[in-house]
Amino acid sequence: MSATLIVVVGCLTAVGIYLATSRVLSRIVLGFAVLGHAAVLALLTAGGPAGDPPLADRTSPSESSNPLPQALSLTAIVISFGLTLFLLALARRQQDLSGDDLVEDDLEDRRIAEGDSTSSDEVAS
Amino acid sequence: MSAVVVLAVVLPLLASMVALGLRHRDVLRDTVTLGALSTSSVLAIVLLVDVEANGSVVVRLGGWAPELGVVLVADMFAVLVLAVAMLTILLVEVFAIGQRGTASGAEPNVVGPMLLVLTAGVALSVLTGDLFTLFVAFELMLVASYVLLTHQGRAGQVRSGMTYVVINLFASTLFLFGVAFVYASTGTVNLALLAQRVPELGDGVRWGIGLWFLVVFGTKAAMFPLFSWLPDSYPTAPTTITAVFAGLLTKIGVYSMIRFHTLTGMDDLGPIILVIAGITMIVGVAGALAQDDMKRILSFHIVSQIGYMLMGLGLFSVVGVAGAVIFIVHQIPVKTVLFLAGAMVESDRGTSALGRVGGLITSRPWLALLFALPALSLAGLPPFSGFVAKLALIDAGIASTSTAIVVVALVGSALTLLSMVKIWSGVFWGVAPEDLPTDPRLTRRGWFTMSSATTVMMAVTLAIAIFAGPIWNMSERAATELLDGEPYIAAVLDDGADR
Repeated sequence: MSATLIVVVGCLTAVGIYLATSRVLSRIVLGFAVLGHAAVLALLTAGGPAGDPPLADRTSPSESSNPLPQALSLTAIVISFGLTLFLLALARRQQDLSGDDLVEDDLEDRRIAEGDSTSSDEVAS
Repeated sequence: MSAVVVLAVVLPLLASMVALGLRHRDVLRDTVTLGALSTSSVLAIVLLVDVEANGSVVVRLGGWAPELGVVLVADMFAVLVLAVAMLTILLVEVFAIGQRGTASGAEPNVVGPMLLVLTAGVALSVLTGDLFTLFVAFELMLVASYVLLTHQGRAGQVRSGMTYVVINLFASTLFLFGVAFVYASTGTVNLALLAQRVPELGDGVRWGIGLWFLVVFGTKAAMFPLFSWLPDSYPTAPTTITAVFAGLLTKIGVYSMIRFHTLTGMDDLGPIILVIAGITMIVGVAGALAQDDMKRILSFHIVSQIGYMLMGLGLFSVVGVAGAVIFIVHQIPVKTVLFLAGAMVESDRGTSALGRVGGLITSRPWLALLFALPALSLAGLPPFSGFVAKLALIDAGIASTSTAIVVVALVGSALTLLSMVKIWSGVFWGVAPEDLPTDPRLTRRGWFTMSSATTVMMAVTLAIAIFAGPIWNMSERAATELLDGEPYIAAVLDDGADR
């Protein structure tokens, strides 16, 4: 396992988590894109050292790189790509509704925490 | 039988594509959706009967060896949960058809196809035999749930949908990291091989993997302290959708946790899981007591009930895990029927806030019964299914001399009853404080469909209580298979097992 790759995974995770904890949805989307890269890189690192392309009948299994984590990574990349698009669509809808893409508080929860007795429908309207 | 296992996953997925294509042809789309869902239910029951009689069915997709390819494993635990889950989704779809067009209904051209995707996700996560396919199955299930939660695009749904999507996305990323760690330390993601290799790892690595996946599955299952997304997001969805989420999603999280942690022999984590279980029970029910809307009270109860399933797992004994299995089987229909009753209240009165409805026992006596019986079952009163499940757990707790958790579980049950009484007195007793008009779009036929679906669902919960003996035997067998691990490993790795 390469030490460089492990450090890169660590850095990407740190950056990703920092962005994902923001309140602005566009930053959260970027955060998850970076976190997704970190996870995929971790998967690849877990597969052992790189080698020749893993083609059946052409390279010997001992010299080729491990194809299984690569297959897993590819699946994970496709999934995170789709989810990033879904998050962007949500951000767009939030912007249509409220003019910005901030993640808001749960009004009902706030109301109960403050001991207010107005009903939920009045708060919503 | 192997064809049945594959069909259980593939059929709903194919049907969802067809149903999506038919979005403007209502009758045809409903026929496809209901046809696929009923076929899935029949397949699941056939599988249950077969596995009960002949033992686990293992399918190697594409004929690859378990080290390289994907295996589907239909063992006792899987088919038991699968059968209940498929029936539940089918009945929710029937209910959604009855409710369509009313103010609280969901969009029919989204619900049908997406429920089918959800069905495929649930079937795959229950049947899969490797950790990475479990990740894919979770994503399949969650993508469907994201769409179902936010498809109407209302302000509240978009707000809570964001929290829901972000939290689940984070948990999924952690899952992927977990797969990487497991692969790096054992060189496999197949559960049967993991069951052999994880116990041989050093203590530090083993604890690390165990705790990591406790967090991953715990977030999906909404255990303490990772539950706050659930009561925030579930009540904003159309109540039919909440019903299917409440019945299935968190339970699949617990299901995966039970499967992973028992097979890999994480007995050391038992005390930690028990502490979390106790706190989850009490925090969930305390949250429920503070609420004053039917949907929100029930949402907090989902969290509380997760605690009981974790308790069964945390004991790591055959009786304990069997208790958790039967508790999952009982919770899926009970939780769903309670939310469906909530959806009926909402369709009838336009709101489910306790302060605004009342006196439904005189205007809708049958609905009152549809709520009362499962509510008593949830609280664990005899002779309902909740009593059987809780008795099993309490019994297991006493057998393992874990008195503290038994006391907490009993206190939790009493508080559950208290909050059910709160709903009962707010919604069904007394007189309505305001004269809310009935939704004019609610037809007699729609109401009839809704109450029939809910009634059948309630009949399922009563059937679980009546057939408690056979179901308990199956749960015990599932628990033995899980804790022993050997039958599972043998079934998956044995070359001649493909039948």
